[in-house]
Amino acid sequence: MNGVPLSWYLILSTVLFALGIAGFLYRRNIITMFMSIELMLNAVNLTFVAFSYKLRQVDGHIFTFFVMVVAAAEAAVGLAIILTVFKNRQTLEIDEVSSMKY
Amino acid sequence: MNFLIVSLIKAGVVAFVLMTTLAYLQWIERKVIAHIQLRVGPYRVGPHGLLQPLADVIKLITKEGFIPSHVNLFFYMLAPFLAVTLSLISISVIPFGPEIEVAGVKTWLQLTDLNIGVLFVLGISSVGVYGVALAGWASNNKYSLLGGLRSSAQMISYELPLALTVAAPLLMLNTLSFREIVNGQAGYLGGWLARWTIFQLPFPQIFLGFPLFLICSFAETNRVPFDLPEAENELVAGFHTEYSSMKFASFFMAEYANMVTVTCVATLLFLGGWTPPFPAPYSNVIPIVLFAIGGLAALYAGINPARPKDRFTLPVAGLVFLGLAAAFAASHLVPALETVLMALFWFCGKVLALLFLFIWIRGTLPRFRYDQLMRFAWTFMFPMAMLNLLVTSIMVALFPKP
Amino acid sequence: MWSAIIFLVFAFVAVVAAINLVVQTHPISSALSLIGVMGSLAVLYLLLGAEFIAAAQLVVYAGAIMVLFVFVIMLLNAGAENAKPIGSRAKYFGLPLLIAFLGIMSFVVQAVIPGGNNVVFGEYHAGPRDVGKALFTDYLLPFEVVSVLILIAIIGAIVLARKEID
Repeated sequence: MNGVPLSWYLILSTVLFALGIAGFLYRRNIITMFMSIELMLNAVNLTFVAFSYKLRQVDGHIFTFFVMVVAAAEAAVGLAIILTVFKNRQTLEIDEVSSMKY
Repeated sequence: MNFLIVSLIKAGVVAFVLMTTLAYLQWIERKVIAHIQLRVGPYRVGPHGLLQPLADVIKLITKEGFIPSHVNLFFYMLAPFLAVTLSLISISVIPFGPEIEVAGVKTWLQLTDLNIGVLFVLGISSVGVYGVALAGWASNNKYSLLGGLRSSAQMISYELPLALTVAAPLLMLNTLSFREIVNGQAGYLGGWLARWTIFQLPFPQIFLGFPLFLICSFAETNRVPFDLPEAENELVAGFHTEYSSMKFASFFMAEYANMVTVTCVATLLFLGGWTPPFPAPYSNVIPIVLFAIGGLAALYAGINPARPKDRFTLPVAGLVFLGLAAAFAASHLVPALETVLMALFWFCGKVLALLFLFIWIRGTLPRFRYDQLMRFAWTFMFPMAMLNLLVTSIMVALFPKP
Repeated sequence: MWSAIIFLVFAFVAVVAAINLVVQTHPISSALSLIGVMGSLAVLYLLLGAEFIAAAQLVVYAGAIMVLFVFVIMLLNAGAENAKPIGSRAKYFGLPLLIAFLGIMSFVVQAVIPGGNNVVFGEYHAGPRDVGKALFTDYLLPFEVVSVLILIAIIGAIVLARKEID
């Protein structure tokens, strides 16, 4: 076999994305939920790069670059929000930050 | 198959030479700092303390490696392993010399050449922050945690000016692979001055780029004056307080390996790698002259030495240096050998000169306070690195290479 | 053959690390597992010929963003999560449904992409030169917008996380 079928990369990306969603829905710690979001973004990056290989164009790489940059900005602001939530509620469980629920 | 065997041999040689260099770098540091402080340094173990690294290795291996209670065992064991592995990986993309031909096999004196060599070294040094952060956190000790967090914050703060400073010679040389970087610095300006990046028009990096890179590399490797997180009399040795014996030796080795890596990168990017400062027929004389002078000086000092033991060791050292001078002179007869020897001499000479600068500054300057350090990074280094990049790019755009 | 072996090894490492991220209770183990995922993905990008993206993954993602995560976890001294007993619905329906979903998706993906589309190492590689050329000519406006976005994020993070001086 010469090389690896492209569908394997896409299947790996699907698996990682599904695990990211599972982590996001199942875990109760804010930081772990945030890391599951980063896992989903990484899976999407892999899809972009795989298709960039298939089409022999560099646009997929550019999209990946922008996804990374947006993930960096989101991580910075999100972690600052988490710090503020921790300062006010002294907890990192997302079920306990529910004072605005009806 | 041929490629595999050659690579394995090269990897073995590099690993062996690197380990010996790391051990004797510690000897050099102790001797130089001792002489700066008007004392002698290690003197007893071998002739002038030359076997001191061996004694240190035996001591560190046979010490009791106790593990404090309530540590997170997995991360406690992972941290030194991570630190050492990552600092040794960066050596694999550094070329020590030009292409040579040995027994019909042409190969570069480099383990592997990546198209993105410079980015690889930067990436490995970014990931190398985890060794320090995990060591501080896993030790179950307030001082270690503070030291680890401070050290990793310092390392990531100085990574940004480091990357910006590295970008300026890359603009002039137009490539990211280390081989092409050194090849781009071959040739001589006006026939006599080497076209190293620090001298290269359109914007000689000697004004802003090289000093900024050196300062950032001091901070990246946690050396004085930026070594508050691991100072012995500040935070009780910082993040490696709770480590003993082999794990502590790993952190030690990782720090020296980081120093070697960063000086090698500085030599390749700014000082032209293995190219001599002036053209070939004249610069071949320099190693012979230097070693001959060193040998004669050692022999002369051995006639009437200050200490009785030196009556034997100094003449032997003088003879060794004279033998090296003779070897360099004799290699003139075999041109292939001469290129290799000269390239290795210039590369190792420049690296050793920069390491001497590191050690010299350690013996001379006091250390920064932590907030002074961080303020220096963000309000001085980062704008100056951006200024360097800006001026370099303007000059490269105005005077493009033909 | 070698690229298939490398792909399988690092894909396995990535999936195991991702499962570890979901399963571990302590946030710092999850953070290190995520760094493992990013490292294996960097190798997979190299196999796909994306040299610049692999280096950017190491420098930006694994070397800066995850350091930020690790810092926050260490600063907040986040302990291990209290294990919530899984409801029977999640245990008996969730995991089999997840596996079934993944199986169907894999079959669909593999059927849609025609065979013979093999990823051969070395056939296509886009280094920093190609990415830079496209970034500064075709995609200049998104590039500038994204730099303004980062500036906004920096200012926002500083404002949110600073100490109030009363």
